Amino acid sequence: MKRAGDSLLLFFGILAAWQVLYWLAGDIALTSPATTAVHLWKLFGTARFWGHAAETARAFGFAVAISLFGGVALGVLLGINRTSGVVSEPILIALYSLPKVTLYPLVLLCFGLGMSAKVAFGAMHGLIPVTIFTMKAIMQIKPVLWRTAHTMRLSARQTALTVALPAVLPEIIAGARLGFSLTLLGVLIGEMFASQRGLGFMIMSAMGLGDIATIMAVAVFLSVLAIAANALLLWLDRAVPR
Amino acid sequence: MSRRIFNRQILSREGWIRLAVIVAFTVAFEALCRFGFIPRTAVLPPSDMAISLWHILQTGEYNNDILSTLGNVAAAAAISVTLGFALGVVIHALPRLRATIEPLLASYYAVPTFMFYPVFIVVFGVGSRAIVAIAVLLSIVAMIASTLTGLDRIPRVLRKTAAIYRMSAAKRAVLIDFPAAAPHLFTGIKLAFAYALIGVIASEFILSGQGVGYAIAYAYNNFDNRNMYGLMLLVILLATVANTALDIVDRRMQSRTRRG
Repeated sequence: MKRAGDSLLLFFGILAAWQVLYWLAGDIALTSPATTAVHLWKLFGTARFWGHAAETARAFGFAVAISLFGGVALGVLLGINRTSGVVSEPILIALYSLPKVTLYPLVLLCFGLGMSAKVAFGAMHGLIPVTIFTMKAIMQIKPVLWRTAHTMRLSARQTALTVALPAVLPEIIAGARLGFSLTLLGVLIGEMFASQRGLGFMIMSAMGLGDIATIMAVAVFLSVLAIAANALLLWLDRAVPR
Repeated sequence: MSRRIFNRQILSREGWIRLAVIVAFTVAFEALCRFGFIPRTAVLPPSDMAISLWHILQTGEYNNDILSTLGNVAAAAAISVTLGFALGVVIHALPRLRATIEPLLASYYAVPTFMFYPVFIVVFGVGSRAIVAIAVLLSIVAMIASTLTGLDRIPRVLRKTAAIYRMSAAKRAVLIDFPAAAPHLFTGIKLAFAYALIGVIASEFILSGQGVGYAIAYAYNNFDNRNMYGLMLLVILLATVANTALDIVDRRMQSRTRRG
């Protein structure tokens, strides 16, 4: 109960800060919480908004599937052998902390404008953290578990499903949480630069028109979605027995 | 002991393999480009990128952009580290406040901050101030979180020792708390730097008229692949060298605490 009260407090605290910022900066910079909510409601009523949202959802769906499945597969492959894990870890970390916007022109030149570039850009952001988390988890499985599986004469499939997977599940969920948000970020940035569709494009075109209300409404909508997804995965993370 | 001596070699066995992997990738990439599997209009071969980078550095044509980017990254990282540390200490001291904003810290990086960039420009104006502000917003939370972790992980026994020595609060902070939290604080510095770099380059890309990010976007819009890939290589090298150096120091500090 106290926790819920705190969350409510935080919610109103953010709203209050927003309102104060609005009073300080004025109409040209941002819209007030109330105006934004009204504008968002209006956007919800238009087919144009849902068209863009569906486009973003589709790109994000592909990108997140590539990030999660590709990342777990790659992480398992690299982590199963100690040497390959130790060799690849610093390389992956260096790739992870690279400002990937820089590579945007490269992605565009390779994939062209449109869906595939967006998906590629999203997957580029999300794949590496999932790989790193999975790989580290696999490398840190206690040797006794492998030996037990061996003693019990489990097949490779049984070992993977009943020993390795449960052992690394918490880390994979933690990686998925990070991968999820970064993939969304990547897809949205992709849409901002190189697309004629999607919520990122909607923000970019509103930016060109100086339409602050639309920018705020879409940005808030996306933030709420992202926070909700993050909270869900965080809850899952805590619910999984360690 | 033998392990330590082994580590003193220039590179470990894994280090050599890593180097070989990177070289092999570069050579393969070069070959794919040279033999026309990847069209030159899309990607330049790595050797051409390197030549272009050398040319850029020699003529000094982009020196102003490079300096402005480096200056902004340094400013943003410095502000994030000092302010993030101070905020972390304050938040740590107030458990109720901490419990309230902890969910915010946990989901901060899930929010696509990029979306709010247009708002920031209007609030902070166009130019270095807006760029630094955006980069600080991106990187400060990593520093706050690391400060909280560092202060949480101070062993109880050290606090008790301080009490036995009857240290004043100030003395305890300097002699006990700070050194004990230092490894985590360094992790924070490392992350703050990485995020500051990402924030600066990304905002230059979208909303500025200066800096390396802007220069890359400009070259892209003008089909100037040569300069674009040269600058891209510069950013990749800078980021990799700086982040790897910070990462190595970070690992050393972490392993020292684990030993002690």
